[in-house]
Amino acid sequence: MSTGSVEQFQQSLSRLDTASTAVVPDELASTVADLIEPPAVGAELPFDGLSLADAPVTLDPSPSRLREAVTGVSGSRMGIASLGTVAVESRAEGDEFVALYPERHVVVVRASDLRTDLSDAFGWLRAEFEADRQSFILATGPSSTGDMGALVQGVHGPEEVHVIIVRDNE
Amino acid sequence: MSDSQQLDADRIRTLLESEGDEIKENTRLFNTERYDAVKAVGEGAHEDNRSQARAIKEDAIERLPELINRTREAVEANGGTVYVADDAEDANRYIAEVADNVDADSVVKSKSMTTEEMDLNEALEADGLDVWETDLGEFVIQVAEEVPSHIVGPSLHKSREEITKLFEEEFDPDEPLDSAEKLTAFAREYLGECIDDAEVGVTGANFVIAESGSIALVTNEGNARKCASIPDTHVAVAGIEKIIPSIAELEPFAELISRSATGQDIPQYLSLLTPPVDTPAIGFDGRDEPHFGNGDADRDFHLVLLDNGRREMREDDDLRETLYCIRCGACANSCSNFQSVGGHAFGGETYTGGIATGWEAGIESNDVAAEFNDLCTGCSRCVNACPVKIDIPGINTVVRDRINRGKDPGFDDVLVDGLVPDEEEPGTPLRKRFFGNFETVARIGSATAPLSNAVASTGLARKAMESVLGIDARRDLPEFRRTTLREWAASREPRVADPERRVALYPDVYTNYVRAERGKAAVRVLEALDCEVVVPDVGGSGRAPLSQGMIATAEKKAETVAASLLTYVEDGYDVVAVEPSDLAMFRREYEKLLPEAAYERLDGNSYEVLEYAYGLLENGADSDVLPAGDGDGVAYHSHCQQRTLGLEGYTEAVLERLGYDVLTSDVECCGMAGSFGYKSEYYDLSIDVGETLADQFEEAAAERTVIASGTSCMEQLDSLLSPGTRHPVELLDPERR
Ligand code: SF4
Repeated sequence: MSTGSVEQFQQSLSRLDTASTAVVPDELASTVADLIEPPAVGAELPFDGLSLADAPVTLDPSPSRLREAVTGVSGSRMGIASLGTVAVESRAEGDEFVALYPERHVVVVRASDLRTDLSDAFGWLRAEFEADRQSFILATGPSSTGDMGALVQGVHGPEEVHVIIVRDNE
Repeated sequence: MSDSQQLDADRIRTLLESEGDEIKENTRLFNTERYDAVKAVGEGAHEDNRSQARAIKEDAIERLPELINRTREAVEANGGTVYVADDAEDANRYIAEVADNVDADSVVKSKSMTTEEMDLNEALEADGLDVWETDLGEFVIQVAEEVPSHIVGPSLHKSREEITKLFEEEFDPDEPLDSAEKLTAFAREYLGECIDDAEVGVTGANFVIAESGSIALVTNEGNARKCASIPDTHVAVAGIEKIIPSIAELEPFAELISRSATGQDIPQYLSLLTPPVDTPAIGFDGRDEPHFGNGDADRDFHLVLLDNGRREMREDDDLRETLYCIRCGACANSCSNFQSVGGHAFGGETYTGGIATGWEAGIESNDVAAEFNDLCTGCSRCVNACPVKIDIPGINTVVRDRINRGKDPGFDDVLVDGLVPDEEEPGTPLRKRFFGNFETVARIGSATAPLSNAVASTGLARKAMESVLGIDARRDLPEFRRTTLREWAASREPRVADPERRVALYPDVYTNYVRAERGKAAVRVLEALDCEVVVPDVGGSGRAPLSQGMIATAEKKAETVAASLLTYVEDGYDVVAVEPSDLAMFRREYEKLLPEAAYERLDGNSYEVLEYAYGLLENGADSDVLPAGDGDGVAYHSHCQQRTLGLEGYTEAVLERLGYDVLTSDVECCGMAGSFGYKSEYYDLSIDVGETLADQFEEAAAERTVIASGTSCMEQLDSLLSPGTRHPVELLDPERR
């Protein structure tokens, strides 16, 4: 499996009207804080050494907190450089709700987890399925509809997506 | 026109007026975006995906019983339940029971054509449940109490203004809903509450993955994600044909489905769910409790696999490939008739567009398919659009044949010689026989021309034709030539002493009896390019009967024509055709009508005339023997079936090489489509489709010569612009100098 480039990933995201920021691990906490519009909820990140514990987000929120939240922060263990796609995993931490209810979704993805294209991403998916991790949403940009007579972003899912790409420490 | 034809005509006219504008704008946009997206990813890569997807579906349907078992094992091992329902009633009853078991008051749904097929909403409502469609298009349809007009965009026949009016009347909101944004925000809010309150979420499944017991859902709005994750009970409903073996086989479909549907490289959300999922069940009772309400509910998952006629379709050699359909709607978007009239005319109980014939014949009946089947003209523009390479026109033809036989058990499509209108049984079969045997009409007409033309054009004759045959009196009839192309050619001496190549020019019925001038031009052009040209004594290719669903007649003709043309091929001749619809018979339709070897031989040795000229010029023939274009402008409409064969580029290349400035139309079909435009009940539709083409050429026609490859296209352009449309080969005619 080859690794997709951060630049290409960011280009793809910009085509999707999706903002992105590339940071080193130490900058993650402050970047998350900057990108949050409160109130915010989160699902703990699925990465060793990266956490939302100190970020201004409510982890494991109550249903009312979830409904009120303007921002949801979650992690993605895979990104597709050619498409700007991230993966929302169905986890007990509630990634799916955090990524779905609030208007703004902030996603954290590691540069080393980027795949070049869909075919490459399927290689990853096959391996995940083998390892019995079998529920993911491949999410590409904000939710949208053309059903009301014009293209509108922000339907049942987020209106705005912001991707934070965490590079390895140099 | 018969009473039923009059009804069809009225219905089509009403729909053209009420829904036509929105349908046209939206389907043409989807269609253009598909073309652009395929181009962007590369035709080669796209073709690879199509071939893979096709092979996977063929294999999966072949192994269906085994895959159903594997799916059941996997879902049960994960903790879910599989129910294979024999029919809609069975499925509805099961889902109502599931809802009853969890004491549900309300059910939310994401978009699912299969549940439309089952009339699930009605069944659940009859049980006292509230049912909400959460896909905004479906929601609009639900509020409007209508049926979807398109597989992918159920409400695309409605304008924003209409939706505003509908919603303001229905919901009486505090603020006006006078923009797409406001409508969307309102629906989001309204449906969001419905979803949070619902006990059961119903989704479809675009694919079911046997090995892991997973489903794949393709959506843009995010409602399917909510319906699958928020209510504790998730019911996924899919036809049994949706099963693929494993996650690996999903890949080509993930590439194809959105690109074919809406021109997206990937949907906003491609959900791969292996329920019951690990996302915690949300407990709204503990609204302020952490961990999503600390609910103790378990997730409950049911996969309902619907048969409803599908197993029989699987056994049916002609309908089977319908089961490969991934419901992308590309066949509707690429269809000229659909672009004008939409799924409320071009559709059955549930499904819409070209493939609806296969679905409705398979799950409902031939009678349901008969209501719209004639709207497929066989133009074949959907063939290359379909991501799983279904021969959609082929399915339409087969079902038409079955309908013919069903309507008139005595219907015998073996060539009717007399052609005396049978006054005892005026009905569709008679008209189909008339058009199907057009060759006989042409032969008699030509033998008695010009008298036959004069008689046919009298008011009395036209009235009789309209009332008995339903041939619209507003259409000009073809004028038969006294001297046929064959007779003219037979009277000529061979002109080329030492030919480079030898050509058997196929005298299709129109070129032989009606448009002989384009045949003569073709002969002279080929001779000028150093070919020996013979015009064999051979009859119709079977295109006319095939288009009427008279397959046995078409088969007979195919056998006769192929036998004759193949003797020329054996002698070293290339077969060249002027009329693209006949060439498409040789190269496409004969695959199903002839033994494989004969089909392959003819397919490999037949050419469209400009394609052939292109080859000659590329191989060193001297283009100076042909008249130069000198920068003159032409407005060119390639023929639908010619484009499906990928041949329009040759005409453009040859004309450009000769110095013409070529403007090519991008409409899928001229709307005339052989006999279609002559039929009274389709006259308005045919004109509406033709006008899209005429509009493209209107301005250009003042300065450019209008040319078209097909006879039908020439007739349509003649009647909508001005007479004088030519075949491209006529511009190449050395006699023009
Ligand atoms: S027949 Fe082919 S093009 Fe038409 S909806 Fe089905 S998959 Fe799409």
